[in-house]
Amino acid sequence: MARFIETLIDGIATGSIYGALALALVLIYRSTGIVNFAQGEMAMFSTFVAWSLVEAGIPVGLAVLITLVLSMAGGMVIERALIRPVEGSQELTLVTVTLGLFILVNGLARWIWGSTNRGFPSLFPDDSVSVGGVGTSLESLGLVAILLGVVGVLYLIFQRTKLGLAMRAAAVDQGASRLVGVPVGRMLMIGWGLAAVCGALAGVLVAPRLFLDPNLMGPVIIYSFAAATLGGFDSPFGAVLGGWIIGIAEALAGGYVDFIGQDLKILVPLIVILSVLLVRPHGLFGSPEVARA
Amino acid sequence: MSLLEVESLHAGYGPVNVLEDVSFTVREGETVALLGANGAGKTTTLRAICNMITPRGKVTIDGRDATRTSTEKIVKLGVAHVPEGRGTFVPLTVEENLRLGAYARRNGGLRESMARVFELFPRLEERRHQRAGTLSGGEQQMLAIGRALMLKPKLMLLDEPSLGLAPKLVSELFKRLRQIKEEEGTALLIVEQNANLVLEFADAAHVLETGRVVLSGTATEVSSDESMRKAYLGY
Repeated sequence: MARFIETLIDGIATGSIYGALALALVLIYRSTGIVNFAQGEMAMFSTFVAWSLVEAGIPVGLAVLITLVLSMAGGMVIERALIRPVEGSQELTLVTVTLGLFILVNGLARWIWGSTNRGFPSLFPDDSVSVGGVGTSLESLGLVAILLGVVGVLYLIFQRTKLGLAMRAAAVDQGASRLVGVPVGRMLMIGWGLAAVCGALAGVLVAPRLFLDPNLMGPVIIYSFAAATLGGFDSPFGAVLGGWIIGIAEALAGGYVDFIGQDLKILVPLIVILSVLLVRPHGLFGSPEVARA
Repeated sequence: MSLLEVESLHAGYGPVNVLEDVSFTVREGETVALLGANGAGKTTTLRAICNMITPRGKVTIDGRDATRTSTEKIVKLGVAHVPEGRGTFVPLTVEENLRLGAYARRNGGLRESMARVFELFPRLEERRHQRAGTLSGGEQQMLAIGRALMLKPKLMLLDEPSLGLAPKLVSELFKRLRQIKEEEGTALLIVEQNANLVLEFADAAHVLETGRVVLSGTATEVSSDESMRKAYLGY
């Protein structure tokens, strides 16, 4: 039983990382209708920035904070420079642009930092706590806490501020938003910025568990796509819950289903994506149809 | 001085020209009706004024050349547009829709404005926490006008406010518009098929035909014009 609960907690912790990156995907999809295939690479790039800051002697906590600010700016610049010119284009064009961005960011990271594996320090002390025979690491608890914190902050921004209201309006109807004076372009930029921040968090949280190299986010982005698909691509709440469900499913399948084990557990997200698309294409919490005027 | 001056406006969609040389003015506090058949260019005129489509010619708002001013900046000049189809933010609540109406306002007084909107349209207060998508067509039109009022605009552009509403609701709506004109002093530029209703309280009217102004004058002059009566008023 203790082992089962430990596996569960482990799954939720990993799922929180998927959830953070899925949130990034959802933030962009909601505001611009674009599925950003480069989200993982942008997160990887941010993580390298954080790594460089740590290497320069800055404490890891501060380095991450600086990275988040830089990522916000970077996301905004990418929207303005690369996405704005193709805004409203056909889906194929948009997919091609984000795939191009994927290759560009990945290549840039290789060019700057090379392809060698690097270690990334954890934000959390390497300790564990035990309650009633169930042991869990501080890292796991920290991951969940950070994701909940991010969700809380996003909720406050979107529900309690004028900026958030304007961002939601711009996501619903760009034409009507302009008619009430909302600068839609700026809202989309901020949306990309916030997404880059969520992605960067996912990157610096997952990096200590893996090795930091330009392919860092490859596995993570698959799980995040599964999480966003499961939760519904336009639902932030769904993204988080989707992340947890995927994380738990992965942990349980890896731990209990013998023939899956550690090697085949990448199948889990793919099966989830396929089943959701077949049975409930809009996901658990997504809107059934997205009509864009 | 005129609040809105439209001078030889040309506009269209792609290669299709809809407006050919449209000129008229709206003075402060004045109600102007823009009449005409389907496809005459009424909606296009409103869109061109707000730069939702790029016009040629000249649009002056409150003494400022606004021909090249972006849609969102025109709102800041005090022009609220109630578009065709109402532009309701369907998944947002009634109150959120109203707050968005005040987005471009620099001064405070949001609470007072909302109280005023609820006074004019009590139904909206009853439904303030409901999603706007759950409102009936008439309520959504009230919401669209209420949202425009939240800007405390100098000029309100209304695109066929009566469209798709039951006759009883239409007369109720026009009572409120008259009240807005008289009590708020807001200038109104109203596009309508329902010519009789607007001419009852409009100060001036212009009739568009295939992109040109074919008749202009005071509301009384226009409603007594014989060709106008036959073509649009039906008596």
